Formats: sequence, structure tokens, C-alpha cells
Amino acid sequence: MMVLTARTNLAAQGLTSGFGFLERTTGWRISFSLIEYSTSSTYARAILVGLLNSLFLGVLSLPLATLIGISIGVMRTSGNGMAELLGTIYVEIFRNVPIILQLFFWYALLLALPSPRNADPILGSIALTGRGIYIPGLNVSGASVLVAVLILLAGAALHLRGRKTRWARADRGQIRREQRFLWAVASLFTVMCFWLGRLPGTPLLSLPEARGLNFDGGISISPELMACVIAISVYGGAYIAEIIRSGFNAVPKGMSEAGRALGLSGFQVFARIRLPLAIRIVMPTMINQFVWLFKATTIGIAISFTDFFMVISTSINQSGQTLELIGILMAGFLAINYSLAWVLNRVNDAIALRGTQLRM
Amino acid sequence: MTVGFSAHQIPRQPLPQILKDHYFATKVDTVVTVSFGLLTLWFLWSILEWAVLHAYFDPANRDACVQSKGACWAVVSARWRIVLFGLYPFEEQWRSGLACLAIILTVGLSCLPWFWNAKRLPMLWIAGFAAFYILMRGGVFGLTPVNERDWGGLALTLFIFAAVVLIGMPLAIVFALLRRSELPWISRTMALVIDTIRSLPLLTIMFAFAIVLPFATPHWMSGQQLYRVIVGYAIFFACYQAEIIRGGMQSLPAGQEEAAKALGLGYWQRISHIVLPQAFRNALPPTINQVVITFKETSLVTIIGFFDILASGRAASGTSEWSFATVEVYVFVAFIFFVFVFSLSRYGAYLERRLGVGVR
Repeated sequence: MMVLTARTNLAAQGLTSGFGFLERTTGWRISFSLIEYSTSSTYARAILVGLLNSLFLGVLSLPLATLIGISIGVMRTSGNGMAELLGTIYVEIFRNVPIILQLFFWYALLLALPSPRNADPILGSIALTGRGIYIPGLNVSGASVLVAVLILLAGAALHLRGRKTRWARADRGQIRREQRFLWAVASLFTVMCFWLGRLPGTPLLSLPEARGLNFDGGISISPELMACVIAISVYGGAYIAEIIRSGFNAVPKGMSEAGRALGLSGFQVFARIRLPLAIRIVMPTMINQFVWLFKATTIGIAISFTDFFMVISTSINQSGQTLELIGILMAGFLAINYSLAWVLNRVNDAIALRGTQLRM
Repeated sequence: MTVGFSAHQIPRQPLPQILKDHYFATKVDTVVTVSFGLLTLWFLWSILEWAVLHAYFDPANRDACVQSKGACWAVVSARWRIVLFGLYPFEEQWRSGLACLAIILTVGLSCLPWFWNAKRLPMLWIAGFAAFYILMRGGVFGLTPVNERDWGGLALTLFIFAAVVLIGMPLAIVFALLRRSELPWISRTMALVIDTIRSLPLLTIMFAFAIVLPFATPHWMSGQQLYRVIVGYAIFFACYQAEIIRGGMQSLPAGQEEAAKALGLGYWQRISHIVLPQAFRNALPPTINQVVITFKETSLVTIIGFFDILASGRAASGTSEWSFATVEVYVFVAFIFFVFVFSLSRYGAYLERRLGVGVR
């Protein structure tokens, strides 16, 4: 019934249904793209650009939010009155104001930075301007960056594997030597990868330089991306801090007292007893929070950061293929969120306490 | 984490002792206290300097404002009517103000335990909402009619919020009951619907209801865009709230329902007299949390193109006369949100302690 109505309504506007439009060229520009894109690219490619931008935003802001959340959460459970006060102020301010308002606020602040002509680079290489933030970068191809990231991820995975078998084997020193060797090899490969992938005819390190009305060289971060990253990580950090705090509060007091009785220092009790236990307690809540935070990346459209949602809504305006594009949008978010939850659930299973470790 | 004492049974410690225990217990604590203390002081001082000492409050001082490095609250005193009431006819804005008060009063009265039963609470909300609607819409009692298109500012935000909660709450109960149905095909379908909607961003749901629904439904069913967005948001809210209510139902001992069955109560009697009242009591803190989040996320409608408080705030500083004072308007809007959200969430925390739900 709904499909039929949709057909007649669409036909009345002279639109055809189906996914054939994905092969057509878009004819509009996208301001920020990780892969090659021009006005003659197809709709399919534009949607891919949007998807990658959304993922990129998530990859930047989720870890940052976690970092902020853990620091604030630790501050609020540290037992030091001043640290608790500061943490409380942070959480109450940023949790009680809508994220979109915070996004507008940060965006307004970033745009109010001095123009590139008047900007004074900090330490000669980082420039904060109203048109974006310029930092030093490497002149390497995108593919080699991807390979380097994969190498580092593999290194981290092997490192964790080593840790898992550590309890079974007696010789800790050997494992530590193995891990050191592992990281040496990984960093060697990374450097080699960058060296092979550098763009011909340019120095490896590129620094932003003032040239005319703008800066040249280095990596430029647009104010839109920057505002999104700041807003999502600051807002998400406040929520994660509360989760972390409840996790620390749920660790039985006897655990840290036992640690102190065994002669561990305050820091050791924190790093070896309270933190690992708290992380395991909060993991299921955190997975929900990450999925929720990733959904928050859609607010980028408010300041026209070209994320997945923005590309879809522009495509709807331009092509009129409303139903198909909404379908793609929903399928994309379902796929991303389910895979994010799946990966994090595997991590949760991997670090869960089991067998003899379960004496809480 | 509660100890067996209530607050007034613990003897109060003298101030120097509290200071020593919580701020200067160890050398590390002292360093942390001093450095965080200085940071807080510096932060507070810069805010005080910006917001009070160098600020201008009188719209007559607009030109002095532009030069000053402090805040320009003059924009708020000049344009607060736009922020609060949007494009509502100027002479009729007292109605808009009264209507806002009606909603605020409704939310405030719902916090009194006297209203917490299946008759009084719905009556209160329907009465509050009707008062709001009659005042805003006019057309009766000699009030001039004002179309929904002219509603704006805080009034529109409150309207969307109240409508979403009013429609969403009964819907959530229905969803939760269907989700717990003994017929597997009903409960599985409902679970699929709830999980799908929960993994989509709110913005895409609103967008789909605002843009796509007119294509997919017959003309007479599509209605105004504002009401379509409200329905979409209400369904989204109901999916989250249904899971909260289901959680509340699951924490009831099975004996409760079995005893009711043994007494010969029918399904609806069991649900309305035994299960739901207790489930709501168990689920009260997360429900308040969900209501708070709903209020905050109402601000997303600004992206769909509604003139809510955020959009009207942007309009207030959108003219060339006040364009330099964007941040001040954002701070003002943020303050309004903060007052609502902070007081509601504090109330939720108080309730959680009083009911002792968090402990069990």
C-alpha cells in the first residue's frame, strides 16, 4: 500500500525509482574528502566520500572522548577535593547543554580566530587561523598511511596476544624482550613504509608556511572538522566520565585495601587493580555509549561538514531519489553501528575475567 | 556504596581536618590541589572578567560593545523576545509566555509524588498541554488565531518536547507490552523494530519523517511538517522508553504476576494494577534521564529547518547590527537549557537516592 502510493506520488513528479542514479555524475563539489573526488564523480562515489568522512570523524573523536572521559572520571574518584570539584564542574557544564549548541559555540569561536594573514604560528609550525588549523605533516601518499596504520594495529594485536599468554608462562622477562622486539620491528616497518610512499620531489616533512593570503604546506584541518571533533569529544567525554566514575565506584573497596596490604603503592593499586576492574565493569555500558556517540556525528550537517548524512541530503535535493537515498542512509548506519557493537563486544569477551580470575 | 548511616548521624568533622583529609593528605595531593586550584581560579577569573567586569548590558552601548573585549549582553536585552518567542506576533507574546509557563508548571508538578498515579499524571499532562495549545493557537475565548508556522523560540521547543513525551509515553507502554508478548512473532517483530530504530540517529528519523513521509503516504495523511517530525520523534522516544519500561518489568519478581493470576485477575487488570505501577517505580530514574535527553535533543529540529530556540538565537544575532555577538547569544541559550536540564537531572539524582533504587 505504502509502496504503491510512493510509486504514484513519484510518478506524479516525473521521477523514476531504482538505483540507476548512482552511476550518474553529481556535478557538485565536496569541501572535504579523504579520497579523490571531483564534480564529474558519480553519486556512488560521493556517498562513499561521505561515509569515509563520517568514519574519519568517528575515529578521531571517539578515542579523544574516551581519553577525556577517563581523565575526568579518574579526577572525580581521586579522593582529592579540588580535582573532584573541577571534574564535577566539567561534567555538569558539558552534559547539560545540547551538543548541537556546543557545536555552534565551538564553530563560532574557531571562525573568530585571526585570519591567516594576521596569524602568528606557534613554535613556528602550528598556525591557528579562522580558516583552519595548520600543522606539520608528512609528504606521503594516502596508501602508505593506511599500510602504516595497519602495521601498528597488527603490532598492538600481537602485543595483546603476548599479554594473554603471559599468565601461562613463567618467564616474564622473555616476554618483555619479545614485545620490545615486536615494537622495534613494527616501527621500522612504519618508517620504511613512509619512506617508500613519499611523494616524489618533496621533502619528507612539510611545514605550513605563510604564503600570500593563506598558509601553504603541512596539513590543514578545516574549522568544520575541528568544531565537530571538539564538540563530540567534549560532550561525549562528559558522559563517559560518568560511566567511568560509576565503574570505579563499583570496584569493591576490599580489592584496593588488599592491594595496599600486599604493599603495592597508590599508583600500582590504581593501575593494576582499580583501573582494569573498572574497565571490565563499564565495558557493556561503554559499548552503548560509543554507538550513541557515533550516531551523534550526524550533527556535522549543522555547520556543513560533509559527512554521510550531509551527502545523502544533498543528493536527495539534487537527484530527487528520496526513498532510495533514505534506504542507503539507514542501511549505512545500521551496518556501521552493528559492526561497531560487534567489534567492541568481541573486545569485551576477550578481556572478560574468567575462571580463577573471577574472585571478586 | 552507601554506608549504614544517614548524613546527620555521622559527627561533623572540624574544617581543618576535612581540608587535611581531602585536599592535603599527601604531597601529591597538595600539588594536585594547588595546581588545580590555580587553574580553577584562573578560569573563574577569566569568565568573571569576560562576563561581568568588561561587559555591557545596555543596548544603548552597542558601539562601545564592539570595541570591548568583554561580553556584550546588550544583544540579549535588545533581542530576548526573538530568542524566547520567535516570530510570534509582538502584541500577543504574553500568550506565548503564559503557554511556556504552563508547560514548565506541568513538568514541575509532575515531580510531586501526589501526582504519581495512572489517573492524575496523564490528566495533568493533558491539561497542561491543552492550556499551552489553546493559548498559542488561539481562535477561541476571543484570542486571535496564530498559525503553527509563526510559533518559535522557547515556546516551539517546549511544544515539541511536551508533545513528544505525551504521545511517546503511552506508545512506549504499548511497545513494551508487545515486546513482552507471549506470541513469538509479535515479540520478535517488535524487538527488530525497536533495535533498528535505536541504532539509527535521531536526526535521520526526523529527516525521514519530514521529507520522505509525504512521498510514501496518501495526501490526506501527511499533515503538517511540524506534526510529522513530532510523530517521528515520539516513535524514537517510545523505542528507548519501551526498553526502560521493559527493564522495570523484568526486575519485578515473577511471584507478583503469578499471585495476580492466582487471584483471577485478567490480563489488563494484572498489567494496569500490578505490573505497570511497580515497573514505573523501578524505572523512574532512567525515565527521568530519558526525558532530560529528549528535551536536550529537541534542539536538533533546528537542522530540519524549524525556528526553535536555537534557530531563533541564531536569528537574534544574525542581523548585521549584532552579528559580532554570536557567542553571547549562544551562552544565553545554553544557560536556558542548563537551568532546565540541570534542575531536572538533580531532581532525578535526588529521587534515585530517596527511592534507594540505585542500591538494590
